[in-house]
Amino acid sequence: MSELAVHPAGHHDQGFVKTYLWSTDHKVIAMQYLFTGMLMALIGGFAVYVFRMQLAFPGQSVPLFGRVSAGQYNSLVTMHGTIMIFWVAMPVLLAAFGNYLIPLMLGCDDMVFPKVNRLSYQIFLLSAVVLVASFVVPGGAFGGAWTAYPPLSANAVYNLTRYGATVWVVAVALEFVAFLLGGINFVTTAMNSRAPGMRMFDVPIVVWMIVIASILFMASVGPLLAGAAMLFFDQVLGTGFYDPATGGDPILWQHLFWFFGHPEVYVVLLPAMGIVAEIIPVFSRKKLFGYRTIVYTAVATGVISFFVWAHHQFVAGIDPRMASLFTITTLIISVPIAEMLFVYIATLYGGSITLTTPMLWALSFVAEFLLGGVTGIFLGAAGADIYLHDTYFVLAHFHYTFFPIAIIGAFAGITFWFPKMFGRMMDERLGKIHFWVTIIAFNFIFIPLFMTGAAGDHRRIFDYSGFPDLATPGLQRLRIIATMGLVSLLAVQPVFFFNFIRSMVRGRVAGANPWRANTLEWSAPSPPPHGNFAELPEVYRGPYEYSTEDREEDFWPQHVPDDSPAPAPAATAVGWR
Amino acid sequence: MISWYVTQASSYAADVDDLFLLIALIVGAFFLAAEFVLLWLIVKFRARPGVKARYITGEKTSETRWVNYPHYLVLVFDILIVAAALRVWSEVKIDLPPAEERVRIIAQQWAWTFVHAGPDGKLDTADDIRTVNVLNLQVNRLYHYELHSKDVLHSFSVPAFRLKQDAVPGRAIVGWFRPTVIGEFDLQCAEICGIGHGLMPGRVRIRSAGAHAAWMEMAPRMPQLASVTPAMPATGAPASFAARAASVEASAERERGNR
Repeated sequence: MSELAVHPAGHHDQGFVKTYLWSTDHKVIAMQYLFTGMLMALIGGFAVYVFRMQLAFPGQSVPLFGRVSAGQYNSLVTMHGTIMIFWVAMPVLLAAFGNYLIPLMLGCDDMVFPKVNRLSYQIFLLSAVVLVASFVVPGGAFGGAWTAYPPLSANAVYNLTRYGATVWVVAVALEFVAFLLGGINFVTTAMNSRAPGMRMFDVPIVVWMIVIASILFMASVGPLLAGAAMLFFDQVLGTGFYDPATGGDPILWQHLFWFFGHPEVYVVLLPAMGIVAEIIPVFSRKKLFGYRTIVYTAVATGVISFFVWAHHQFVAGIDPRMASLFTITTLIISVPIAEMLFVYIATLYGGSITLTTPMLWALSFVAEFLLGGVTGIFLGAAGADIYLHDTYFVLAHFHYTFFPIAIIGAFAGITFWFPKMFGRMMDERLGKIHFWVTIIAFNFIFIPLFMTGAAGDHRRIFDYSGFPDLATPGLQRLRIIATMGLVSLLAVQPVFFFNFIRSMVRGRVAGANPWRANTLEWSAPSPPPHGNFAELPEVYRGPYEYSTEDREEDFWPQHVPDDSPAPAPAATAVGWR
Repeated sequence: MISWYVTQASSYAADVDDLFLLIALIVGAFFLAAEFVLLWLIVKFRARPGVKARYITGEKTSETRWVNYPHYLVLVFDILIVAAALRVWSEVKIDLPPAEERVRIIAQQWAWTFVHAGPDGKLDTADDIRTVNVLNLQVNRLYHYELHSKDVLHSFSVPAFRLKQDAVPGRAIVGWFRPTVIGEFDLQCAEICGIGHGLMPGRVRIRSAGAHAAWMEMAPRMPQLASVTPAMPATGAPASFAARAASVEASAERERGNR
């Protein structure tokens, strides 16, 4: 890579299109993924606003939308799930942070395949356009849930969205292709482009996590791509892969989908875990507790995640004896995940903790994800899943995992690396207002939904008035509380966008290393120019050497040689304490 | 805890609830302990001027045991939960106690059809009783259900029984339940099955032996409709598709208007 590193910084004058739309620079591509993901999050957020309003006030006109029909309700639920997982969590956590951080943290100038990287984003953008287009095709967007179980998804006579279902499959397949290309890049870059002196166990945890996640994704997505092709043929060519009348089997799709779908949970979880692992040491001035333990548990989690998929299918009509095997593997996976959370908590011990906005997000990730983790045990236990399957209990459980991953993890990462990305600090006061309202509102949404789920509320029902046991004032009150929580959560997000845009233009100038952190990205200028480093760094130690005993400074950057004096704090620190 | 909300109306409902309670106690204790330690550390180790953080690698045995002991505890409790969960699972889904009567359940977009054995206690005879959206049962009688779907996936769910089973086109899935409480409970379709997914509520009516016999006397006989015809998906004829889409939306609207 070193011969590519001689791009003199700032000498390019290529015009807007070449610089921002057709760039091969990993940082520009990362921003493209980040902003596309944020835009899609707005669409996904609007969808959930509409259908939660319908659930709280059934049949009434929803402001900014109007009355919600049963068909529209299904489409909105489906699009919310699809968008939030494939077009928000994946691009923001894996692609945006992966692209931005991997070359900077490894101390190289770009990805090893910059043009493949650009192609990856362009295919992703195309997939997003295709998906959004399904809202306007005749018959409307697909309404068979994000899991798209056939025969409902395979035949327009059943799903009544003549084009929506097909457009959905095409969009998802394109999106997978985009992330396959991205994943190749991440893994190859991490293997080949580490700075001189950086051993595998000197690589920051977030890079490990993104690489492991990419391997998981690439290993699991093949069967689902094949499944999507078969689903497409069933829809368009009239084949019968999933049609029992012609010898097919609808449950085949469920196996292919969840064989991908469960590792996918860890594909987005691990990068978020990695982001948290970067933030906690910086703001507690502590070495990460048990670096190798975290790497090993992440690998173990990844391996086990390939053997748990059928816990989504306990009551789906598979042989009931299979449940024993999958109950055991599912509960076993709690062991490495619990280990990781324990390690994060242990890192705080003996620290010097400062509650900046990124640290608040990182700590709240641990606090909230714990609840998501423990409620998964109810569902992995086959006997209890008989009752809880397909209820709001499941929904509340996975939102307690996915919200910390995709929203809290992303906010943690954005607020932490914002000074690096844009060279300016975000406003702490606005950041904390946004943090507290978001976290409190989030709990007000999903604690009531655990209760309605335990009471028997089943999922994807646009109106409970036909069910006498569920249409009670008590349960309706819980549904209204959840919707109020959601509305508050959405209402506070403009604070974040305001803070983001204002800080980009008018925030305090950050300097290269405002958080006094050790990893290599902080040795580059903020924002890093094309080519990243004026001089490619060398690495002398691990990434988390904070508060070492024989040094006066409480941090010891990876690129500073052992014998040289520590960088003067006044030159870099911008007073976040 | 589930019984705070939903009656326990089948022989295994209490076992499912006990399993839920057991898990809630175990993971609840873990959850509270972990949150407490997290908050305590945040409060105790807040940055103070002049106090430097400690250098702990977390690689030495004396340090890792603070993480390892809770970690072994997780494994022990996992094994406990697996054992309890599989006992309940086996009771509900694998064991099949001898039936006193068999009932056929046919799901379709968007209705339930129930074929009851009638006074002779046998299916596929002239006195079968066929009902739509209401399942009629006799209390304390052990039923086998035979679950079919005519079109897409559905899920037969009776929360009061703590029972849920997907209906899969092309398969007849057999299971069992024994109602233990006289009364009337919700019956749901728990798997999304299209536009009318929210419009297929059913009811389970559980009567005493005498009342059930009286109901069988009154009920109309429709044996010719009792057999299951395999699903024949229409192959996407545009005219029928458009007509169907329009009529479904219209009926959904009517349903809403009626409330």
